[in-house]
Amino acid sequence: MFTHFRSVATLIALACATVASDSSAAGLATPWQVDLQPAASPVAEQIQSFNAILFTMEALITLGVLGLMGFIIWRFNAKRNPVPNKRTHNTALEVLWTVVPILILVVIAFPSLRLLFFMDRTFDADMTIKVVGHQWYWSYEYPDHGDFTFDSVMIPDDELKPGQPRLLAVDNPVVVPVGVNVRVLLTSDDVIHSWAVPSLGLKTDTVPGRTNETWVRVNEEGTYYGMCSELCGVNHGYMPVAVKAVSKAEFDVWSKNAKQEFADNGASTTRVVQAPREVSPREVSQ
Amino acid sequence: MSAAHHPTGWRRWVYSTNHKDIGTMYIVLSMIGAIIGGGMSWYIRLELAQPGIQFIDDTQLYNVMVTAHGFLMVFFVVMPAMIGGFGNWFVPLMIGAPDMSFPRMNNISFWLLAAALVLLVLAGVTGGGPGTGWTVYPPLSSATYHPGPAVDLAILSLHVAGASSILGAINLITTIVNMRAPGMTMHRAPLFVWAILVTAFLLLLAIPVLAGALTMLLTDRNFGTTFFVPEGGGDPILWQHLFWFFGHPEVYIIIIPAFGIISQIIATFSKKPVFGYLGMAYAMCAIGFVGFVVWAHHMYTVGLDVNTRAYFVLATMVIAVPTGIKIFSWLATMWGGSIELKTPMLFATGFIALFVAGGVTGVVLSNAGMDVALHDTYYVVAHFHYVLSIAAVFAMYAGFYYWIGKMSGRQYSETLGKIHFWASFVGVNLLFFPQHFLGAAGMPRRIPDYPDAYAGWNMVSSVGALITAIGTFFFLYIVWHTLTRGRAAEANPWGVGATTLEWTVPSPAPFHTHEDLPKIEAAQGVE
Repeated sequence: MFTHFRSVATLIALACATVASDSSAAGLATPWQVDLQPAASPVAEQIQSFNAILFTMEALITLGVLGLMGFIIWRFNAKRNPVPNKRTHNTALEVLWTVVPILILVVIAFPSLRLLFFMDRTFDADMTIKVVGHQWYWSYEYPDHGDFTFDSVMIPDDELKPGQPRLLAVDNPVVVPVGVNVRVLLTSDDVIHSWAVPSLGLKTDTVPGRTNETWVRVNEEGTYYGMCSELCGVNHGYMPVAVKAVSKAEFDVWSKNAKQEFADNGASTTRVVQAPREVSPREVSQ
Repeated sequence: MSAAHHPTGWRRWVYSTNHKDIGTMYIVLSMIGAIIGGGMSWYIRLELAQPGIQFIDDTQLYNVMVTAHGFLMVFFVVMPAMIGGFGNWFVPLMIGAPDMSFPRMNNISFWLLAAALVLLVLAGVTGGGPGTGWTVYPPLSSATYHPGPAVDLAILSLHVAGASSILGAINLITTIVNMRAPGMTMHRAPLFVWAILVTAFLLLLAIPVLAGALTMLLTDRNFGTTFFVPEGGGDPILWQHLFWFFGHPEVYIIIIPAFGIISQIIATFSKKPVFGYLGMAYAMCAIGFVGFVVWAHHMYTVGLDVNTRAYFVLATMVIAVPTGIKIFSWLATMWGGSIELKTPMLFATGFIALFVAGGVTGVVLSNAGMDVALHDTYYVVAHFHYVLSIAAVFAMYAGFYYWIGKMSGRQYSETLGKIHFWASFVGVNLLFFPQHFLGAAGMPRRIPDYPDAYAGWNMVSSVGALITAIGTFFFLYIVWHTLTRGRAAEANPWGVGATTLEWTVPSPAPFHTHEDLPKIEAAQGVE
């Protein structure tokens, strides 16, 4: 059974090669990554800096408690300390270890809530896009640019071009201009999905019968990847999100072309809900 | 003693009204569940060891295994071992009661759970199985997206398991409230008894909400109601509120009995009474209470109002305070003690290490803003496996080694136990710690294949799973070795630190104990 395992080294080499050949490595994970993906939006930047506070605290608390426990096991081992004391109360100590955690939590709560309210929505959106989740692809609508819509489907392994990351590349990425506040409205056509792009600090569920809202302002040009983040059926692992951020000029050209290219696609919200078909992961992106 | 009092053969077990025999059956059922559920998780880790699809071509089967693994581990491994197993065995022994309040209901509780396990297995092999995740979110779990009887069977299984839990909870509450021996006031009851009491109340309050939600889902699927169907005026998010109103207390139902076991063991092997006994008891009550008002922290990305999320952030953080009290009190119990690192104590200190690591990531996840980066990623998988799976399982192992002499009359081998501990401790940390990295880097849960960048840590995690698997089979060998080769256990193998009443009866505990009620002058609680 374990003959299936290739060596770890081969795997790493493979993974490194995949990423190295991708010119815009910013918007996806890198091999052996241990931390968040590099931030590419104001929200993601704030998540990063809040995470720095949280990480410091959790590392100190974990190491402190484990270090203390290690010391106690060493110092009060039966060999070293054959006669136990019988102390079972110390009011000052008990108040202390109740109050100090409360203070730590208060220190965390302020930046936490600031981040929460900052990321919730934008009040001066420059444009709006609409995201609709389907089993198992996304479709995007541009109500401010001629109301065109198109589907965004994963490229299967055997059709990948060099530089396209496996399980992440799509045929039509959603295109946004850099440096503008984009309001994102999200809903679903069938089951619940979740539209997520880690490097942009985005993750919002698409729920049938509801319209959710979030926002993004992409800092730099590039392609930013994510994956569906709510179990949505057999091909849940095969509906990636790809956000392509371009300059405003480039976006204007693209949106004019897209309006014509996708002119025949009706708005997806008017589409009839289709019964699910049995689709194997291999044929997901026909 | 007449045969009617002590039936033999299959009657002894099938008709059993004896808390010890029923407790043993619960533990055996838990081990069966663990072998099935653990086998599934190892098959999942085998598939995830490297990118691409190697073993599980059918992604519906993959989803079914993810789902069944969750159901099995929660309802058929941890709960039966902690509450049905150790709870049944040791609550009556510890409070000086001859048996449970309702012995026949105890029998029904167990056999309902056995029936529920059969239904769950049937669900898994029927019509494609339930590929919904253990959260069973509609519309994915609706008749449109999961036609066929699999999800209905899973619902039925949970209904029956829930009925089993409610009956068990009623039994435990009644026993603890009414059947304490003379002098055994609540404030003298061992912390394990407190833990089981709090857990039983959580079960009694949470399970009916799950039952209601499951019934609504069942009628949505079969009888044309639209509780969770937006086209009919329903709302899929309503399910999530109901499910997590049950689901969050459920995670405390899993971990609070572990707190009880760990408190007993830390005190025994430090040869000291528990530090801050009252604080420990009421911290569990506080955790149980607050556990009911934090459910929507599982739903930060579903589109809740921002003020609602802010409330749930603050409420969730509050739980860290009583949890911290417990950790610090365990350390203070050990401080100044005379610590013997026998196998149960090793697992108890391992529990504290794992629980602290899982606890601080819980504080990270309680922040709705941070959760946007981590929700539904492997970071969450790592977090809840640290606290619920491996910390809880370490508590179960600790309880097993602590009490096996009392239960079987035979003592385990200290050397084998210590090998088991180190294999498990290395294995589970190698298995789950890298999943924090995967989650932070953005790898979603419940996917059968992943982008190639995640290959490295996934391989490390799968190697950890292999070591854990070896450790688990080694444990099964230890069970066999103990029962067949173990030396006879004394009534109290642990010495002066073991002060609770179960150590006053012979080992193995006779079929009937405490027939003459013990009189308690001062217990390990408040003097």
